[in-house]
Amino acid sequence: MCGIIGFIDRTKSKMDGSSIKAALSLMNERGSGDGAGYAAYGIYPEYADYYALHVFFDNLGEPKKKVDELLQQMGEIVHQEEIPTTPQPGIKKVHIPWRYFFKPSEDLMAGRMASENDVVTYIVMEVNANVKGATIFSSGKNMGVFKASGWPEDVANFYRIEDYKGYIWLGHNRYPTNTPGWWGGAHPFNLLNWSVVHNGEITSYGTNQRYVEGYGYNCSLFTDTEVVAYLFDLLGRQHGLSHEMVVKALAPPFWDEIDRMPAKEAELNKAVRLTYGPALMNGPFAIVVGTENGIVGFTDRIKLRPLVVGENGNRLYISSEEAAIRVYDPEVKTIYTPRAGEPIIGRFIE
Amino acid sequence: MKMVRIDARGMHYTPLNQKIRAAVADGAEEIVLDNILGQRFIGDGLRGNVRIIINGVPGGDLGMFMSGPTCIVHGNAEHAPGNTMDRGMLVIHGSAGDAVAHSMRGGKVFVKNNIGYRGGIHMKQYEVEARPILVVGGTAHSFLGEYMAGGLVLVFGIGKDKAMTDRGIGSGIHGGEIIIRGEVDDYLLGIGAKKFKFTESDLERIAPIIKSFCEQFGYDATDFLNTNYTKIGPASSRPFASKYVWE
Repeated sequence: MCGIIGFIDRTKSKMDGSSIKAALSLMNERGSGDGAGYAAYGIYPEYADYYALHVFFDNLGEPKKKVDELLQQMGEIVHQEEIPTTPQPGIKKVHIPWRYFFKPSEDLMAGRMASENDVVTYIVMEVNANVKGATIFSSGKNMGVFKASGWPEDVANFYRIEDYKGYIWLGHNRYPTNTPGWWGGAHPFNLLNWSVVHNGEITSYGTNQRYVEGYGYNCSLFTDTEVVAYLFDLLGRQHGLSHEMVVKALAPPFWDEIDRMPAKEAELNKAVRLTYGPALMNGPFAIVVGTENGIVGFTDRIKLRPLVVGENGNRLYISSEEAAIRVYDPEVKTIYTPRAGEPIIGRFIE
Repeated sequence: MKMVRIDARGMHYTPLNQKIRAAVADGAEEIVLDNILGQRFIGDGLRGNVRIIINGVPGGDLGMFMSGPTCIVHGNAEHAPGNTMDRGMLVIHGSAGDAVAHSMRGGKVFVKNNIGYRGGIHMKQYEVEARPILVVGGTAHSFLGEYMAGGLVLVFGIGKDKAMTDRGIGSGIHGGEIIIRGEVDDYLLGIGAKKFKFTESDLERIAPIIKSFCEQFGYDATDFLNTNYTKIGPASSRPFASKYVWE
């Protein structure tokens, strides 16, 4: 059991982190104090062209030296600092959260690393697999993940979440069941501009992991949710699928449902299932994904985890519980529960 | 009549339930809870005949193990209202989340609008004296009456072309009955579920429940008495016998 919540303002009007903290804290019963986190989009406008790399360092000695060296070799660091934190009684600061604003060098972009996104993906995989004492947990542009072991309020206060203003917010309250509670195991899980909050288990993790590792991703964070971020990057960015199609691949309709579809629709769904069989996610899950152009919410195909949607004009909310949405926005107009596997998508208005 | 009013704004469920229990012990016959938002476990394990009016959206497991009281919710409910409820009644003037009436043992749960997935899952029954009833005004998502062992689930589909459009109805059902207004497509039936003829005597049997539901929500009962229903029950009392035993 975990608590998740996602928010988007489609006009990119920004909201500070105090509301999501209150909303997520309402679902404290869904967590165990072993992990909580937030993702906010639109928070670094002054560095919008640079990748904001958030890193957990065990210490600022050897691990940081290695990361500094790698980044300098791969591009330019325009600014770096410790992420501001305020000590909380409920949080033991076992890592030092650090941020770099980084631009990859164009000289590197060739072959399998044809774009700056490819270079940054390579850096994240390299550091997380091979640099002891360093974990890059956020690597998007103009966005950032803030997470730690603790309760939602404590983690929010630790990172002074009220100081950030974003047009997309994700929040997660963790109840670890199968894997350890540690800072890197808290959600959201992020790669580039993809951030994932997840309630449930990916029981197909092994199959999905083998599939993404064939494309150069490396699952090194000891938790199933990590693979969902890489699946979105592979299908959504590298293969160029729409958000709707990614959800169709990860949580597809059953074969008997496909058999009842009109011929053309059936053909498409069959093709997606056959092409992306190893990407299909089994097990109970409710997920919200933050992306470059909006948020995407969906559940497993037989809806073993709750998901509620709320709307108020340009604002869309997706959460485990209706009450959390009502805390976030007491004026929320429409509340409904989506069907299993149905993508709920909030995009920016151009 | 002794009435108690509690403002629950920002209150955690533990002190809230303590206040409710104290009020009941003090002889309250009606308790009004204002500004409810997400408090779980309201009325859990509560006995007696108290009437609880809930203004807002209560959290999960409303009325769990409850035996006797009536809860009227002016708002939606979250997951599993009526979980393992024993006696009494929940009346929800809105919609409810997944697993409504989960493992319910007796009493009534009336939901005005829709319910989520797995409504009536594991509902059970003992003879005639402990027979749980779930009535849904709108529609229900998949796996309605999953693994149902007893009791009655009734779906009206008010305002819908078809009362049920989601799959897996009565999946694994081995007791009890699911009655749905209008026709139900065969492919919506779950494994182990089977359609039975809905007879005059069935209608006679459920008429008091229909009337009681309509009374709660201000509907005209004649609309629901002069219409056809589909009755779904277990194809066998051991739908998965062949999965676990070899004979």
